[in-house]
Amino acid sequence: MTEPAIQIRDLRVTFGGVVRAVDGVDLTLHQGEVVALIGESGSGKSVTLRSLMRLHPPRRSRVEGSITVAGRDVLAMSERQLADYRGATVSMIFQEPLLALDPVYTVGEQIAEVIRRHEKASRAEARARALELFQKVRIPSPERRLDAYPHEMSGGMRQRAMIALALACRPKVLLADEPTTALDATVQIQILLLLRELQREFGLSIVFVTHDLGAAVEVADRIAVMYAGRIVEEGSARDLIRDPRHPYTIGLLKSRAEGALAKGSRLDAIPGSPPDLAHLPPGCPFAPRCPLAIEPCRADRPPPIPIGPGHAARCIRTDVSPGLLARHPEPAPA
Amino acid sequence: MLAYLARRVAYTVPILFGVALVCFALVHIAPGDPLVSVLPPDASADLQAMLRTLYGFDRSYPEQFGRWLWRAAHGDLGTSIATGRPVTDEVFKAVGYTLRLSILATLIGFFFGSLFGFVAGYYRDSLVDKAASALSVLGVSVPHYWLGMVLVIVFAAILGWLPPTGAGSGNEGFFGSLRFMILPAVTMSVIPMGIVARTVRALVADILAQEFVIGLRAKGLTDWGVFRHVVKNAAPTALAVMGLQLGYLLGGSILIETVFSWPGTGFLLNAAIFQRDLPLLQGTILVLALFFVILNLLVDVVQTALDPRIQRS
Ligand SMILES: Nc1ncnc2c1ncn2[C@@H]1O[C@H](COP(=O)(O)OP(=O)(O)OP(=O)(O)O)[C@@H](O)[C@H]1O
Ligand code: SF4
Ligand SMILES: [Mg+2]
Repeated sequence: MTEPAIQIRDLRVTFGGVVRAVDGVDLTLHQGEVVALIGESGSGKSVTLRSLMRLHPPRRSRVEGSITVAGRDVLAMSERQLADYRGATVSMIFQEPLLALDPVYTVGEQIAEVIRRHEKASRAEARARALELFQKVRIPSPERRLDAYPHEMSGGMRQRAMIALALACRPKVLLADEPTTALDATVQIQILLLLRELQREFGLSIVFVTHDLGAAVEVADRIAVMYAGRIVEEGSARDLIRDPRHPYTIGLLKSRAEGALAKGSRLDAIPGSPPDLAHLPPGCPFAPRCPLAIEPCRADRPPPIPIGPGHAARCIRTDVSPGLLARHPEPAPA
Repeated sequence: MLAYLARRVAYTVPILFGVALVCFALVHIAPGDPLVSVLPPDASADLQAMLRTLYGFDRSYPEQFGRWLWRAAHGDLGTSIATGRPVTDEVFKAVGYTLRLSILATLIGFFFGSLFGFVAGYYRDSLVDKAASALSVLGVSVPHYWLGMVLVIVFAAILGWLPPTGAGSGNEGFFGSLRFMILPAVTMSVIPMGIVARTVRALVADILAQEFVIGLRAKGLTDWGVFRHVVKNAAPTALAVMGLQLGYLLGGSILIETVFSWPGTGFLLNAAIFQRDLPLLQGTILVLALFFVILNLLVDVVQTALDPRIQRS
């Protein structure tokens, strides 16, 4: 097999010296693979994603561990190398393109800008490329839309424009931070289908952050479940739906027992709340909310326990956890 | 855009009318008979009545206002009591001087204010930020006549580099007359400088905190590339603030123009008030108010043209 597109080893991200937003994440992504990161709000999904481009404020954050993308050590890059790498090798689409695009430039100008930043191209060439991209992401009357400002477009069109911008320099890796959360259900599906189609066409590797288990199953080859800054379970989409082993994953699945694959609905809350990232407990961070917690859980951080090929869970009781699934499901919230 | 322009211009008509009304009323609101300052103390009743007819004070107020407005619209603001020259000439000469000085002061203030504000906003809460903020507070709070006198003492009296006062004879050529403007303009510029610096600092800090800046970095833009975007985002508001500052300075700083004997509108107003030269006072205020209204209109139009987020409908 060729070298992985992304290799993250023991990633730790700390803000202000105390908030451990990411606390030892390992993740490998092969070329052309799509991985979904799911988990509750604040579990460190966006922070993990932004670390791949080193987008955290340098003065207030510390990033440790190792990140290799397309064979290059991201944490060792100089500012200049980093700028050349961002947008060309890796690019990002954001949750709310209205906020992520500059309001006083037209979308066409913003796409031409990234092309001219990374490649030798005249204004006219860059604009022609932008037009092609708009056709590729199927924006109607693309010529006219190039001259629109972000606020003049609908949410779905904006997200398409954002995707066009992200793909402008043919990156190897695409990072998508909840690209459909801000959209209507029907538009969400269109955007997901478009992403999957473009992923196949360009052979993209995608890390896809979402709250939506249905969307994750729809587009991802593998799913990684995050809790309190760690990946607590990882496996193929199929494994995770059929044979979840971490009590947190099981909780997520059960809380949406009513139509687990229905798209558009968010992960529903599991009783209790996530731990304070500034004061993480010594043992398993899920212990306070875990129905299977026993004394040894609180002593040490559980290591990843292999379940099957490419499937592992950070839980010392994976032998008994499937029993949770069999239990009478809690009444689904209205 | 054209329809917007037409509507915006139409809005100023009632404002202009109101301004004219206030200027007209000034003469009648001012305590005492408006004729008192014109009449010799021992004027006979006949002379009084004659002058009253001559100035039109015997007619009704609306009629007087109509006649005054009609003449003003044709560029006739009456005659100065003190000098006997047409008010229009006096005012426009003074406005020319003040305009020159205010524009130079605004440019100086805008340049340094933007510079300090940008650096302060970019490196917020750093030492540079604190130094720049302290400087801008100083700019707003230092007494200008005092600063003016200090500058005159240092650069004119001690070093002898620049003329201390006046506007020159008018025969010095461009650079020669510029020398006369430097000290008063620098003194005057500390006001817009402080305000522009504070505005730009807040703008830049606000823009840098927005998510699209992360989007720009994610595209691979360097600091310079991000800087261009920040400038374009900040420009409409910063320029609007600059325009309004120019408007305030156009009123002419009585203190600064007095310190430097600069023959501008501040100087003229000062003279008109102390000599109770009502036509001159009336005319000066009217012209200044017109400038202010037009400037506001310009600022609005420029801001709308520059900022695509403002709805033009
Ligand atoms: N720049 C930052 N400075 C300080 N703390 C931060 C910063 N960015 C993220 N955090 C903190 O890191 C933690 C994880 O945040 P993150 O944005 O990764 O969550 P998330 O899993 O993406 O959640 P959501 O689903 O709400 O987007 C949060 O507690 C957040 O407050
Ligand atoms: S290690 Fe213990 S507390 Fe943590 S998830 Fe497993 S059973 Fe629950
Ligand atoms: Mg997030």
